[in-house]
Amino acid sequence: MNIVDALNAGLSAAIGPVAIAYAISALGLNLQFGYTGLLNFGHVAFMLMGAYGMAITVENGGSLWLGMLVGILAAVTLGLILGIPTLRLRADYLAITTIAAAEVLRLMVRSSWADPLTGSVFGIQGFAGEFFALNPFTSSEVYDIAFISVTGRRLWIIIAGWILVVLLTLLMARVLRSPWGRLIRAIREDEDAVRSLGKNVFARKLQALTIGGALGAVAGMILAIEQQNVTPDSFRPEITFIIFAIVILGGAGTVWGPLVGAVVFQFLFFFLDTMMRDAQASVGWVNAILSTAGAAQVRFILVGVGLILLLVYRPQGLLGNRREAIVGV
Amino acid sequence: MRTLSRAVLALLAFLTLAALAAPPATAQGQGETIHGTLMQSVEDERVAVEGVVIIIVTAEGDEVGSATSGSDGTWEVPLPGPGTYNVRLDVSTLPADVALTDPDRVELPDIQVLAGQSRPVAFGLGEGKVLDTNKLQQAASLFIIGLKLGAIIALSAIGLSLIFSVTGLVNFAHAELVTIGAVVAFAFHALGPHWPLAVAVIPAILVGGALGWGQEKAIWKPLRKRKVNLLTMLVISIGLGFALRFLVLVIFGGAPRAYPDFAGQQAIEIWGVTMVPKHLVTIGIALMLLGAVGLFLQRTQAGTALRAVRDNRDLAESSGIDVQKVIALTWTMGAALAAIGGVFFGLTESVQWDMGFRLLLLMFAAVILGGIGTAYGTMLGAFIVGVAVEMSVLWVPSELKLSVGLLILIIMLIVRPQGLLGTRERIS
Repeated sequence: MNIVDALNAGLSAAIGPVAIAYAISALGLNLQFGYTGLLNFGHVAFMLMGAYGMAITVENGGSLWLGMLVGILAAVTLGLILGIPTLRLRADYLAITTIAAAEVLRLMVRSSWADPLTGSVFGIQGFAGEFFALNPFTSSEVYDIAFISVTGRRLWIIIAGWILVVLLTLLMARVLRSPWGRLIRAIREDEDAVRSLGKNVFARKLQALTIGGALGAVAGMILAIEQQNVTPDSFRPEITFIIFAIVILGGAGTVWGPLVGAVVFQFLFFFLDTMMRDAQASVGWVNAILSTAGAAQVRFILVGVGLILLLVYRPQGLLGNRREAIVGV
Repeated sequence: MRTLSRAVLALLAFLTLAALAAPPATAQGQGETIHGTLMQSVEDERVAVEGVVIIIVTAEGDEVGSATSGSDGTWEVPLPGPGTYNVRLDVSTLPADVALTDPDRVELPDIQVLAGQSRPVAFGLGEGKVLDTNKLQQAASLFIIGLKLGAIIALSAIGLSLIFSVTGLVNFAHAELVTIGAVVAFAFHALGPHWPLAVAVIPAILVGGALGWGQEKAIWKPLRKRKVNLLTMLVISIGLGFALRFLVLVIFGGAPRAYPDFAGQQAIEIWGVTMVPKHLVTIGIALMLLGAVGLFLQRTQAGTALRAVRDNRDLAESSGIDVQKVIALTWTMGAALAAIGGVFFGLTESVQWDMGFRLLLLMFAAVILGGIGTAYGTMLGAFIVGVAVEMSVLWVPSELKLSVGLLILIIMLIVRPQGLLGTRERIS
């Protein structure tokens, strides 16, 4: 067992591009779920819209920056399509519709019918050249920072990404202190009371859903740019679930919860993964009950169990205030 | 490679059937491919078979691509990379007079493709019975398949709907009860004691029922006691479903597997319409079970108590009904029915770790179409959704048939959110 390797893998993942994307995606979901009380279980669909909107635009001759705009607009459109029929109804209808829509959208994108536009299962590659052209570091050079070493390419994504995360989080904090922010929190607490004050609850919910969706789209773009690749199967329902776990871990309805949640989650996820693989390879009885593939899946079981325990015993997450927690008693 | 060719030759000789004539590897660019030539043996002639769809799936069961055989019988599917794939022949696209010589070999498992390799595979094709030729007959046989799917959805979703009606919980982990039912039956049927499927379904029902009862006692009842809100419980059910789904993946593996007893059953023809006997059995047994559920709800004391709790919990409690007992009974019954639904789903398609999750969308569509919380509405909704999804293949590519379920769901939410048989107060 090599704990140093596992710590290193965890640390590297905790500050990596995926953690950045998850933090921004969680920021969007936190607005929807943590502040407004909307059960969006298809958040990955917004990420898919962002990534594909951008990739398809570049593929058809647009610039990367135009692509980003298209990706955000695509996610906003999806939010309107899903929100208008469901937001007037009880909360669980939105959960059902979004989880279904996300899976159907993935199946549509990967079908051979959509191939001319989306490249079906092969996806679209090599569209983010314009982003890497701005890289002030040498892409192939390896930089040593504290405990970990990263390539210039990765360092550029990490620096640009975390600056974006902090800026978006501060902006979100500002928005949530505004009258609009107080209103959506009031909707979470008592929808009928807000309605009786003459406020348009439906419109506020729709705004929260689409703004959160747009943040999801930004997260999808970051994943796509990092890999220079979009494929439908990187947008499986598991991703939504992970984002939910991050929001609840960090503290639903807190400003810094998504950021903290993403970092802690990614660290644990990759730390456990390395430990599991290591145990599978070197510990006799673990090897006897688990295959290599099985060892890689165990962490998903742990996420599920961890989320249940968190909801039951610490629903406010790491940073939350129990009194204000959306979930819990 | 050599063993494969030899196996193919042996198959050819032994079954006197046609197989492939692998053309020289024509790799597309750098990419890996799987290819082959579909040839049918008629007497001593070998005739190319055109227009047959071949689907390549990963070991996890995800489709990576498909191809249709050309006029010379050749087909080729580019792959995303080297690895192990399963190659499946879509039997419904075979021409009328062509059939697989060995129906069990409709899916060739574990085909290894190395980097840069163009791997040939073979399907044995012989003379088949004349299948549907016109659209009307095709529609009729799709209708039967749709009824079969509807029956499976109804069995699986009734628990979902009843549990909602007595506890208010939308249980996203219901999908895993379906999967676990199918997997337990598979264990007793194909892995352990090799019981016939009709017997192996009994442990599936018992495990399913026990799991329903157990989760009510161990998780949901304590949470209700702590007055945890329904929203939190919903998220917990998603967490539970997620953990169970990956538990099944770790134990059972990712590859889809069929029950050996009825795999590749030959279709029969009644009044010019082709149908598979196991589909008819599924529909028949499901209708009997659904009838029994109806009788239980209407004629027994426990059923009446369940309806009373659904309509007004406080009133039911104050008239001496043991509400906790009714809830436990609903969980047990609903979970057992879902397990049976899972066995039929596995029987007519295949047993796989995420099968329940794939069915979940259709279950939700059925429940919302019928009216959430109503037993008869769910049954009605299930059959409508099943038939609509399968018959949509007449017009839309079959890869997209699931989206028909979603479409029904969204249209229903706009037009009549309380469902066909629901009442208005349940929805907002």
